[in-house]
Amino acid sequence: MKKTQVAIIGAGPAGLAAAIEVARAGGEVTLLDENHKPGGQLFKQIHKFFGSREHRAGTRGFRIGEKLLEDTEKLGVKVLLDSPVYSIFKDFVIGYISDGREKAIQAERIILATGASENALAFPGCTLPGVMGAGAAQTMINVHRVLPGKKIIMVGSGNVGLIVSYQLLQAGADVIALIEAAAEIGGYGVHASKIRRAGVPIYTSYTIQEVIGKNSVEGAVIVGLDEKWKPIKGTEKLIEADTVCIAVGLSPLAELAWLAGCEFAFVPSLGGHVPKHDRNMETTIKGLYAAGDLTGIEEASSAMEEGRLAGIACAESLGLYSKEEARDLKEKVWARLNTLRTGPFGKKRRDAKDKLIEMMEGGADIG
Amino acid sequence: MAKGIKKTGVPSWEELKSSPGLPDADRLEEGPVAFIECVQEIPCNPCETVCPFGAIEVGSPITNLPKLYGEKCTGCGLCVAACPGLAIFKVHKNYTNTTSLVEFPFEYHPLPKTGETVRCVNREGKFVVEGKVVKIRNSKQFDATALVTVEVPKKYFLEVRSIERKR
Repeated sequence: MKKTQVAIIGAGPAGLAAAIEVARAGGEVTLLDENHKPGGQLFKQIHKFFGSREHRAGTRGFRIGEKLLEDTEKLGVKVLLDSPVYSIFKDFVIGYISDGREKAIQAERIILATGASENALAFPGCTLPGVMGAGAAQTMINVHRVLPGKKIIMVGSGNVGLIVSYQLLQAGADVIALIEAAAEIGGYGVHASKIRRAGVPIYTSYTIQEVIGKNSVEGAVIVGLDEKWKPIKGTEKLIEADTVCIAVGLSPLAELAWLAGCEFAFVPSLGGHVPKHDRNMETTIKGLYAAGDLTGIEEASSAMEEGRLAGIACAESLGLYSKEEARDLKEKVWARLNTLRTGPFGKKRRDAKDKLIEMMEGGADIG
Repeated sequence: MAKGIKKTGVPSWEELKSSPGLPDADRLEEGPVAFIECVQEIPCNPCETVCPFGAIEVGSPITNLPKLYGEKCTGCGLCVAACPGLAIFKVHKNYTNTTSLVEFPFEYHPLPKTGETVRCVNREGKFVVEGKVVKIRNSKQFDATALVTVEVPKKYFLEVRSIERKR
């Protein structure tokens, strides 16, 4: 059986950053990804990132992705693409598919960076062609350069809904309406302001009642919601559209962590069930680390920092760094990570993360 | 009708006026100046690091709202291109006796042309007035965030914040 020192599953921002750290410390890394190209969602991110200079703020996401790929190449990280991992067996034997065949590779350490998947929303007409995840629409326009439609309704006002709306406008579509069931916009106000200036109306306290159309989306009925999120009769509006994008949050892709036997915590503010981990991003299974959206839904900058933490800690556990060296490196990452988790938007995530880490240290379960 | 950035996506006048990023009335009279419409505490500071004159301070924590020091601001506009949130504008109130200039970030294709008459919109994307494009800056450093300057009747310099997209 093939062997590797460190196997990293998922070549998105967290996995790439982790791979770079392990390789930089002198470790031998194999990075596996189910996709045709590495980068995860980073190459779809054509907007400039927030943060500070250390987070490469003001740089467009895909350029950050290019730099990560360049570094992994320089450091000799082995990347297995088109290689979906289907299980983690005893003794860290990883089962994956490549060229249509089952293969296996055994690792001394594993870092899971499997990311997240988009949440679905069920309503009459939700299976009609033209209803899609906002992430799917973003892949179509920014990776494949295909416009999913001309008249778009976006459902959800988190940063994904706001950013993808903006990018659909940039790609040449019209976003006819953005609707949000909550009373307030979920994502950053500046992202909302950009699409408002471009004339996109934002309906807060509105939900989608049904999508109508014969063979594909022809329009949607939206309806106002009261404080208890109950539809208000008489507020229905029929909006003509050819595409409905759903951006109602993400859920951690935790299947491999479940299969490996990790203990989990249910933390709604982090997106649901997440594997418990400590300040080294190590799960309840020794030698198995987790980083990025899998450990709680955030964004690419924090995912990269978590990947770095996991990579450094993993290298330390292999004796590639002394305790002191690793401590200094990890402290720097933690400082940057904490910076990203400040303010009214970040604080909730920081508190949830702190609680998750406390649980590993014997604290109580999150209710 | 509820107001404010969380409700409408448009910062209200109250939110703008209570933020530290706006130049005061005297500074507006004096010449081109940055007009920072950042009213939410998010972890972000490229405006501070890009300013060569120390005219914008975020400091620590990084979620502080950017503070504009109007006396230090030369109106160079680098912050307009650097803000990842496209939330900074540049205004020149007294461009002529009757007109002002407003410079804003613009990331749509095609770009308008210098000299072209364009339909100027407010923060809600509503048509306000026709204006003339007097300058377009699109340097490599801006990384595809073009800066468009429009000349508009003076009474609209606080209102005009973009132009209609061409399709």
